[in-house]
Amino acid sequence: MRHRKLNVVTEGQLLLSGNEAVARGAWEAGTHFAAAYPGTPSTEILETIAEEYPEIDAQWAPNEKVALEVAAGASFGGARVLSAMKHVGLNVAADPLFTLSYIGATGGIVIVSADDPGMHSSQNEQDNRLMGRAAKVVILEPSDSQEARDMVIEGMRISEDFDTPVLLRMTTRVCHSKSVVKVGPRVEIPVSGYRADIMKRVPIPAHARKMHSRVVKRLDDLSAWSSESSLNRIEPGDPSRGIITSGVSYQYVKEVSPEASILKIGMSNPLPWNLIEKFLGMVEKVVFVEEGEPYLEERIRSRFLNPAIGKDIVPLEGELSPDVVRHALHPGTSKPVTWYPVDLPGRPPVLCPGCPHRGAFYCLSKLKASSTGDIGCYTLGLMPPHNALETTVCMGASIGVLSGLEKAVGRGGYGKLVAAIGESTFVHSGITGLIDMVYNGNTGTVMIMDNSLTAMTGGQHNPTTGSRLNGQPSPVLDLENLCRACGVQHVKVVDPHDLKEMEKTLKEELAREELSVIITRRPCVMCYRPAKKVHAVSDTEKCVSCRQCMKLGCPAISWGDGHPVISSLLCWPKCNLCVQVCPVGALSKDMEGQE
Amino acid sequence: MKDSTTNVIICGTGGQGTLLASEVLCAAAMFQGFDVKKSEVHGMSQRGGSVSSHVRFGKKIYSPLVEKGTADLILAMEKMEGLRWAPFLAPGGRIVSCDLEINPMTVQTGAAEYPDIDALIREQGIPCHSIKAMEAAEELGNPKVVNMVLLGAIAPHMPIDEENWTKAIQECVPHKALEANLRAFARGREL
Repeated sequence: MRHRKLNVVTEGQLLLSGNEAVARGAWEAGTHFAAAYPGTPSTEILETIAEEYPEIDAQWAPNEKVALEVAAGASFGGARVLSAMKHVGLNVAADPLFTLSYIGATGGIVIVSADDPGMHSSQNEQDNRLMGRAAKVVILEPSDSQEARDMVIEGMRISEDFDTPVLLRMTTRVCHSKSVVKVGPRVEIPVSGYRADIMKRVPIPAHARKMHSRVVKRLDDLSAWSSESSLNRIEPGDPSRGIITSGVSYQYVKEVSPEASILKIGMSNPLPWNLIEKFLGMVEKVVFVEEGEPYLEERIRSRFLNPAIGKDIVPLEGELSPDVVRHALHPGTSKPVTWYPVDLPGRPPVLCPGCPHRGAFYCLSKLKASSTGDIGCYTLGLMPPHNALETTVCMGASIGVLSGLEKAVGRGGYGKLVAAIGESTFVHSGITGLIDMVYNGNTGTVMIMDNSLTAMTGGQHNPTTGSRLNGQPSPVLDLENLCRACGVQHVKVVDPHDLKEMEKTLKEELAREELSVIITRRPCVMCYRPAKKVHAVSDTEKCVSCRQCMKLGCPAISWGDGHPVISSLLCWPKCNLCVQVCPVGALSKDMEGQE
Repeated sequence: MKDSTTNVIICGTGGQGTLLASEVLCAAAMFQGFDVKKSEVHGMSQRGGSVSSHVRFGKKIYSPLVEKGTADLILAMEKMEGLRWAPFLAPGGRIVSCDLEINPMTVQTGAAEYPDIDALIREQGIPCHSIKAMEAAEELGNPKVVNMVLLGAIAPHMPIDEENWTKAIQECVPHKALEANLRAFARGREL
């Protein structure tokens, strides 16, 4: 969660991350409404809007599809709108996106896709320029924070002038890098109001055929316009080699090849064909330096039959960096590395001390059970010592995967598995999976891990937390009754830190030959700060060195000299797990006055 | 003003204040009149994993990432994390490290051993300045300000004036914690 005000450099200049710059640009462009579902690296866009720019009505949606649909509706009403999501979020929102492209924009529509090359915190590295092209929408690619701000403002204009949604394609290094941004005031634009227009907004086949023709013409018009626009530019230099690049890759090229002729593409769909043709005529050879897929390379080479190179020398997988780009453009000129890398133990992320998920995974592990997993902090249940998660596909898939396993091999065939899914992910896209289980007669167990927070992305509210993005109170979604209404007969709520009850519940539900839901309910440690600094203590006299406490995988407990050593700094005051697992009472804690 | 670019990598483990330290350095360099870029990765790093931030400042900065073999300074909030980034050091660069050891989970469970970092650093002869920053922070009554102590320790090596550091801390740190952070920074300058 962001808690800081934006840094002021001097009058009219701010030090902003790409995400903060998007928020700023949206505000300056007179945006009225914004909706998103959190996802790294996009989350701070809506958080910044909520904290800094109250003129924009901003909200979290249950998922990206809903976020974009609500934004579309607001655009129909004549409001300027922004919707933000991580790259895989755009898959969820793809259904409205593809048809919204036909419908177009009344109030400007800017959709932010934050791609994650290198997969710093994602399950794939899809390049959403391919999505934007398939949807036939405008794609803008900023290379730093200044451009992120500028392109949101320009994007709103393009969206309204050309009647199209605009996809702002960011990447992790643009979202989470900070640089100085020149800013301006907000331009107030009235909401133009809703007028019914069924030819424009009801894509029944007869209408949609006409709409598609308009889209095709729109792309031609935009391409011609784009060749004249400052979004794309030629930076003349050494004519022997011309580099075509976009996004953050442009910055790496400038770093390692300051002498090169460069065509910087800012609008990557539709492409500025006239400008590209001009550039090809200026240089002898062409090299494409782009992160991810050979998107520019394939399109430009196939149109002009140019013998350029690109992915032959620039990696397709992972992130680019100045090192990688230097190696590709100027092989053999890498900076000398004086100190060699040492093989050191890795430091992967772990569940926080006091994390409510720890109790659930400890019990699964103890019962030699495991889970089909989902997307969230609890994906960390796969790590030792728990080793209690075996699959992850996408948001909500834990439930479908468990059902499918039952169809293929039966309950006996998959052994002791439950579907483990956080409450926010369940609301995002797990509910339909549960309805499918009921409908199609599945008998497995779904464990909804309700920590009352969308935690992995830094702690955001969702429909189960009782708060909105702006801090206003909201109704609390009743998960128990929701599951019952779906048709689940057996719904149990358990505190995952009550290990006895947790284990008993898991045992019972794993044995049950009917569909059941276990809701493990305990708030995330990020939800509150305990007043009292109480920590567990270890009595080495009583300790029998059984290492049971080490099976918790708690960052506050380390093994030293044959006994557990508890870090008073890390131990979470409201957690009592180690005290419960010690069979000889060697770990204790003053729990009075805790609740 | 130094004409060339200054490259700094600040690294540590989740929750140590690595990102706040880089925020302050960035703001200070900006107040000094430099063009500044910094890059970091959020997300998984928040759960006690490795955290790093690249800060670059100079006349004109393009790449937000430091290139291997070009870092003037590595500021490590934790010993092993500093050594992890050693290949990024420029000839003549150095590590300034907190003398703190934080065990990763594999070490805690006994699956791996915490390496003898001092010996590994000596073995290669990597210039490394170890600082008892945790001790200093605890003396100040607040282990959380260890990041400011370390920032204070590198301040004399940065082409940034005292007043711009102060201004940066005022800008970046929440008001109620300002006094403690300024004191920690001043203490670090003496180390």
